[in-house]
Amino acid sequence: MKKITAPLKKEDIKGLRAGDLVYLSGIIYTARDQAHKKLAVFIKRNRKIPFDIKNTIIYYCGPTPSPEGKVIGSCGPTTSSRMDEFTPALIRKGVVAMIGKGRRSRRVREFIKRYKSVYFLAPSGCGAYLALKVKKKRLVAFKNLGPEAILELEVENFPLIVGIDSRGNDVYQRIAYSV
Amino acid sequence: MKNLKLIQEKVRQATATASFQLPKDVAELLKRGYRLAKDKRARLALGWIIENAKIARKEKLALCQDTGLPVIFIEAGRDIRLSFDLIDTIKRTVENSYKGNYLRNSLVDPLSRVKPGYQGAVTHLEFNSKIKGLRVTLFPKGFGSENKTKLKMFNPTVRIRDIENFIIDSVLDAGPEACPPFILGIGIGGTSDYALLLAKKALLEDITKPNKDTSLARLERRLLKRINSLNIGPMGFGGNATALAVKIRKSPTHIAGLPIAVNISCWALRRATVEFKS
Repeated sequence: MKKITAPLKKEDIKGLRAGDLVYLSGIIYTARDQAHKKLAVFIKRNRKIPFDIKNTIIYYCGPTPSPEGKVIGSCGPTTSSRMDEFTPALIRKGVVAMIGKGRRSRRVREFIKRYKSVYFLAPSGCGAYLALKVKKKRLVAFKNLGPEAILELEVENFPLIVGIDSRGNDVYQRIAYSV
Repeated sequence: MKNLKLIQEKVRQATATASFQLPKDVAELLKRGYRLAKDKRARLALGWIIENAKIARKEKLALCQDTGLPVIFIEAGRDIRLSFDLIDTIKRTVENSYKGNYLRNSLVDPLSRVKPGYQGAVTHLEFNSKIKGLRVTLFPKGFGSENKTKLKMFNPTVRIRDIENFIIDSVLDAGPEACPPFILGIGIGGTSDYALLLAKKALLEDITKPNKDTSLARLERRLLKRINSLNIGPMGFGGNATALAVKIRKSPTHIAGLPIAVNISCWALRRATVEFKS
């Protein structure tokens, strides 16, 4: 069992291979469709992004509201490919890892390889299970986006499979998009 | 007024049940898949799925954060008499139950992408003379799988093999994004819209039981075998558990065409039916 801690160091990422099972602890940031669209505008207009994006891990997730007495509601990954068009700009800005579900575009794979970043797969459809791995939650930006707001999550032993490693190996190679 | 209260109470129940508990038939096939899985990662994925279902039920946490777009099938029996707006009542109750159970309201205006301020649940009302009272089925449909829906208007002279290939291609396109193991709903015939509705309705059937129509049952078996040899597997990690079931519904169609609709459900096929006599 391999354990890793955020913020991830270059050596941590280098040692990961597509298909590895790892347990992540530390800080990650949620961002999905609308947050990505907003961040892309911020980057394009050279405006200050509302949180320090350097060396961060972005989690494609929009949780259910937190029930009373619970840190967070159900919080599994959403489909990563919808974020593909925005991902290269975020990697350029310093994002080192992404967590989501499903395949990525060839372009994203190339960026991951070029910038030595990594793409993780979280147990898809297992939002209740993953909720128990979140220890703290804090609103960071875009409150008006509701479930699509950017949250800072502190996770402990969050189970992940390496989807695309820093060499560009893809766990989904055999069922890759034909495009 | 008594009927109104009863309907609200039962619909609230259905919303919670659908969101927190995997239906029996789905749970049964997932467990069977886990027992039969050989690949290490596929087994790991199915183990997560089964554990998730346990936690969701125990902790009253949504099975998936995508609590879906609520699709509601309403069947009105032959003796039904109502003094209130049935559809509005059901929609409002579902909406309130989402709030009360901390379920994510995922609905937005399709263009502005902001909260629509009106009820967006999709309702289908039908009269069913075989029943008395009302039957309401809540089917919250997640969009990871809904986004992979396919419709094709084939020529009437098409070979059955081409139809099968279209369905197989739909599964390949759905891939790991739509959260396999899948349940496939397939609608054959009618008009384009009706084929899609049939596909969705097919997902409401007990997935452990074969089709009553023997030729459709054969087709379901053949498709399931082909799908499960695609090596997609649970969460896309390989193995032969790509789909749990294929369910087909058909309806007569026009001499000039043959609509085929494929509606895929992720493994978290959530549905709950409540019935009440008036």
